[in-house]
Amino acid sequence: MIGLIHYLLLATILFGIGVYGVFAKRNAVAILMSVELMLNAVNINFVAINKFVQTGNAIGQLFAIFVIVVAAAEVAVGLALIISIYRLRKSVNLNDFNLMKW
Amino acid sequence: MINMQNILNISWLIPALPFLAFTLIGLFLHRWPKIAAAASILAIGGSFALSVPLAVKVFTGSPEQVFEISARWLSMPGLRVDMGIMIDPLTAVMLIVVTTVALLVQIYSLGYMDKDPGLSSYFAYQSIFAGSMLGLVVASNFGQLFVFWELVGICSYLLIGFWFGKESARDAAIKAFVTNRVGDFGFLLGILLLTIVFGTLNYSELAVRLAGYNNMAVLLPISILLFFGPMGKSAQFPLHVWLPDAMEGPTPVSALIHAATMVAAGVYLIARAFFIFSQSPQAMFLIAVVGGFTALFAASIALVQNDIKRILAYSTLSQLGYMVMAMGIGALTAGMFHLMTHAFFKSLLFLAAGSVIHALHEEQDIWKMGQLSHKMPITTWTFVIGALALAGIPPLSGFWSKDEILLGAYAGGYMGLYILGSLVAFMTAFYMFRLIFTAFFGSNTHGHHSHESSPVMTIPLMILALFSIVAGFVGSPFMDNIFGHFITSPGAAHHEASLPIMAVSSLIALSGILLAWMIYQKGIISPENLRQRFSGIYQLLYRKYYVDELYAWLIAVFVDGGARLLEWIDLKIVNGAVNSLASFTGWSGQTLRYTEDGQVQTYALYLLAGVVIILITAMWAVFAALV
Repeated sequence: MIGLIHYLLLATILFGIGVYGVFAKRNAVAILMSVELMLNAVNINFVAINKFVQTGNAIGQLFAIFVIVVAAAEVAVGLALIISIYRLRKSVNLNDFNLMKW
Repeated sequence: MINMQNILNISWLIPALPFLAFTLIGLFLHRWPKIAAAASILAIGGSFALSVPLAVKVFTGSPEQVFEISARWLSMPGLRVDMGIMIDPLTAVMLIVVTTVALLVQIYSLGYMDKDPGLSSYFAYQSIFAGSMLGLVVASNFGQLFVFWELVGICSYLLIGFWFGKESARDAAIKAFVTNRVGDFGFLLGILLLTIVFGTLNYSELAVRLAGYNNMAVLLPISILLFFGPMGKSAQFPLHVWLPDAMEGPTPVSALIHAATMVAAGVYLIARAFFIFSQSPQAMFLIAVVGGFTALFAASIALVQNDIKRILAYSTLSQLGYMVMAMGIGALTAGMFHLMTHAFFKSLLFLAAGSVIHALHEEQDIWKMGQLSHKMPITTWTFVIGALALAGIPPLSGFWSKDEILLGAYAGGYMGLYILGSLVAFMTAFYMFRLIFTAFFGSNTHGHHSHESSPVMTIPLMILALFSIVAGFVGSPFMDNIFGHFITSPGAAHHEASLPIMAVSSLIALSGILLAWMIYQKGIISPENLRQRFSGIYQLLYRKYYVDELYAWLIAVFVDGGARLLEWIDLKIVNGAVNSLASFTGWSGQTLRYTEDGQVQTYALYLLAGVVIILITAMWAVFAALV
């Protein structure tokens, strides 16, 4: 029987992969994708807790939809930034962007 | 015929006219020195012309009547200062003295300062001085008095340092200003204490509130603090050091400010505030002792000085001490009387000395003069008249006033001060005639190249000589002592003239002159021998009891030492704290900047680390609560 704990585990694993991706990847697009993973891990938590703990209304689902909407906008802005910096630097590798170094 | 009441109503013009002249000269007339001088003399002449009928009006009325008008000048909680005019007999006497001497000195200055490039500013300063001095005299309250008191102080500073190209003149001006600060600080404290305790600064209101007030714990500090003012302005020991140095100024300035008027302001203040001082016997005793000591101290220094102006300066100190002593023993009438006669004969002496200095091209050493009587008869004889008046030879003015002080001391039971005063009278006669026999008659022939000064200088001398002869009669028994009838105050002592005292003081003065004649004219006793025999005392007197050296030493040790200590604290401790804080901040910035490597992921890592730390702390708290 699949219960709350499985959903939370899945979300934790997904979030962990996202965190790992954000810190370990050097490609800006990959980092953006990792951030999406983390957001989706949160979405899973929202929906699962709405289903098992806070029954009787759909606030969790509603929030998940909000997150998806915001994430879509965020991805659009993020990709635009990446394209812009790619045109300037011919690179999407974060190691090349250290203008603010001491 | 001028309506007499009108004179009182326009009496505010007396101080205002010279101020107007000052403003005009400062703004417009300074380009034309002759016109500036004319404006200044016209203004003081106008003040004089107003003062005379005013004095006539006051002295034909009753002694008690007081004319007073005032307007609020500044007011704040606990302090109200009015600007006003108060005319009573005391004021009238001062007005006559100040306007007369100032007018004559300004006319004389036309000749003396003839070639000076700074003539316009000289007359501008003279005007503002005259205005301030007259404002001080007519002041109706202590606040106004203090304002003008400071104004005459700054005029004194400007005029002492008038030839500011000379370093000695600059130093003397600063010395005068700083020494007066010490006195004025105490004076201001006294005034503030008055307004705190009695809630007013007005003389007549204070007199009413003080009547019957006998809290000595308040009156004594007030009296002593107020006396600090006269101590600075009238150069009483130990604040006397500035006056001899003030002789660096032009000689007419010395005559007007540092002999006749400004330095007498201190004595005038004691007379004005007599109703305060007379209530505390200890303060009166202190005043008498300080005055008497200054008189003797300065007279002894004058015995051995060689500079003609310095001899006169120490003589002024000594005579101011006399006046202060008179105030201290309660002889207010005698003190003011001496102030008046002294103003005339001492300004005469200074102006005559200026005439000599002018003729000898700035030579001031009496040993480099001699036989001036042939070449400069008017100067010589007016000087002799001034000296006779100062020495107290009857019937010249100085005799009557000095005699009244000695009488006051004798009859008041101050035997010590009477003997001291007589001794000073003897010394005065001696040093004045030492000066005369050496500079005007002596065997030296340095004076042969001199010439008599122009009439613009000699006529003021003759007028002042006339005053020096006759001014004493107003206080003499021949004229029913009309002066004492008007100038008096509750609590002021008054004594009938006594013939033995007069005879004794005349003999003392004559013997002083005789001794000077024997030593310096006839050479019966050689001055060289005296100097050799008493070389220790001679040095002590010649170096002015080493007071200047003592002050220099005290300043070097305590003021400079304190400054060095504070400098060290400032540099090492205050600066050190600020600097180490700055360098710590700089060092931490230098170190911490290596955390900023420009990589977004590094920053994200810091963020994650923060989140983890917060999380661990929170969980620790939760677990601790559970266990």
